Amino acid sequence: MSRYELRFSGAGGQGLITAGIIMAKAASIYEGKQAVQSQSYGPEARGGASKSEVIISDGPIDYPKATTVDALLAMTQEACNKYTHDLKKGGILLVDSDLVKTLPEGNFKIVSFPIINTAKNDVGREIVANIVALGAMVALTGQVSRENAEKAVLSSVPEAFLELNRKAFSIGYDKALAASA
Amino acid sequence: MSKKVAFLQGNEAAAQGALYAGCNFFGGYPITPSTEVAEVMSIELPKIGGKFIQMEDEIGAMAVVLGASLAGAKALTSTSGPGLSLKQELIGYGCIAEIPCVVYNVMRGGPSTGMPTGPSQSDVMSAKWGTHGDHPAICLTPASVQETYEEVIRAFNLSEKYRTPVFVMPDEIVAHMRERVVFPEKGEIEVLERISPTVTPDAYKPYDTSCGDVPPLAAFGSGYKFHVTGLNKAQDGFPTTKAELVQAEEERQVRKVDANVDDIVHFEEYLLDDADVVVVAYGSTSRSARFAVNIAREQGIKAGLFRIKTFWPFPDKQIKALAGKVKGFIVPEMNLGMCSLEVERNAQGKAPVLGIFRVDGEPINPDQILAKIKEVK
Repeated sequence: MSRYELRFSGAGGQGLITAGIIMAKAASIYEGKQAVQSQSYGPEARGGASKSEVIISDGPIDYPKATTVDALLAMTQEACNKYTHDLKKGGILLVDSDLVKTLPEGNFKIVSFPIINTAKNDVGREIVANIVALGAMVALTGQVSRENAEKAVLSSVPEAFLELNRKAFSIGYDKALAASA
Repeated sequence: MSKKVAFLQGNEAAAQGALYAGCNFFGGYPITPSTEVAEVMSIELPKIGGKFIQMEDEIGAMAVVLGASLAGAKALTSTSGPGLSLKQELIGYGCIAEIPCVVYNVMRGGPSTGMPTGPSQSDVMSAKWGTHGDHPAICLTPASVQETYEEVIRAFNLSEKYRTPVFVMPDEIVAHMRERVVFPEKGEIEVLERISPTVTPDAYKPYDTSCGDVPPLAAFGSGYKFHVTGLNKAQDGFPTTKAELVQAEEERQVRKVDANVDDIVHFEEYLLDDADVVVVAYGSTSRSARFAVNIAREQGIKAGLFRIKTFWPFPDKQIKALAGKVKGFIVPEMNLGMCSLEVERNAQGKAPVLGIFRVDGEPINPDQILAKIKEVK
């Protein structure tokens, strides 16, 4: 049974749980696969290490949490230190190159680009950094199509911010492809 | 026409299930990790003419739910461990006064405020022993978002059918994870309504058992007047200390559930036919267990899963039957051994019961269960 595990990690308030939800929604509602999204977080509303996990499969998903992670996003150094221990051999690690300076050693593919700065400078709003990161994860993992992921993004954000999020997703997708080439 | 689907959190699905079941009253006090139920109900109930009240605390929240139910509403409250402790006195009141309602309790670390954002399964004993005195107990422990939706509907049905409070107790993982939910059409899942009296108001007795163990319940405000008390009562609802009456009433209240276990106890058997080792699990832990059982089977170990859906009444009969056939039971749970006590009680020494207990806020993972399966010789 195909079982693909993703983890979105960073600091509370960066919108990574939302990014995980949209990825899972894309797989479950639009791609016709099965998906489970779960999360763990501390008592803080902001700050503190936070993670959101998504399991995608063609069949029923038993254990809803990650066992060995296929693809991991780390948006802070703390998250990178804390959550990369169970990254699979040959897996993918995406980091924000401005915030994660010390990379873990291991047999996996590391992709890095300045995610938050891309949101700030190329998209125009730092707040959509999570959608830039989501676009990048969609491009790197290939678990859902670009079109289905975009549909999931647009059905999950407020109407006034559709264009902003569409742009963030698209730029994240293209930057990740360029950074991993 | 294709069915409506949504990608929902367990708590959101619980609220939607309640609405499907006809819930038209919510009284609560917000608490992590159950608050999303209150959030959804506060948005949805006003749209259908229902009432949402955030009370001053959990005690008030339980009281208002009992009051609303007596006035004919289908009433829900949601909470978590510390709130459940506060509600217990009034849950007992609901049991003795026989007031239907649903208590949705998301299990987080405890005791006391414990670990608010961490998962746990340590409230299952509270569902039966949390309020004092002999009383009926029904507690459902769903394992997925879809099942949470459906079990909340079943909880409302059971509460109306047996005229008693019913618990739904997902662990925090089930309550907060998100999965696809397929919504049933109206009428696709049976929704039970309360048995109303057929006698005139002047002839009505709120605990009249002439038609069976579950007396019809009139709604306050519908012309029927009756007395409600937490004291042992006679058929007319007024307190009594008459020995034979009290004995008979206490026994009847417990019998409402005990005599109907086959109707109430739901479970799932997975690969049990030839199983040497049976994992008995509930909630999110049962998903780790199924994962482990599948790996064990791939390795040639005859493992199976007995998944508890109704925790109370406990599936005594089923575990007793298995005990004579298996080499051992494994009970993984996010507490220090609660379900395992019940399994031991039913195993009656015929098969060893090995527990895997975790209270560090992390889920029990499949590797832990697989390792324990291999310990059974």
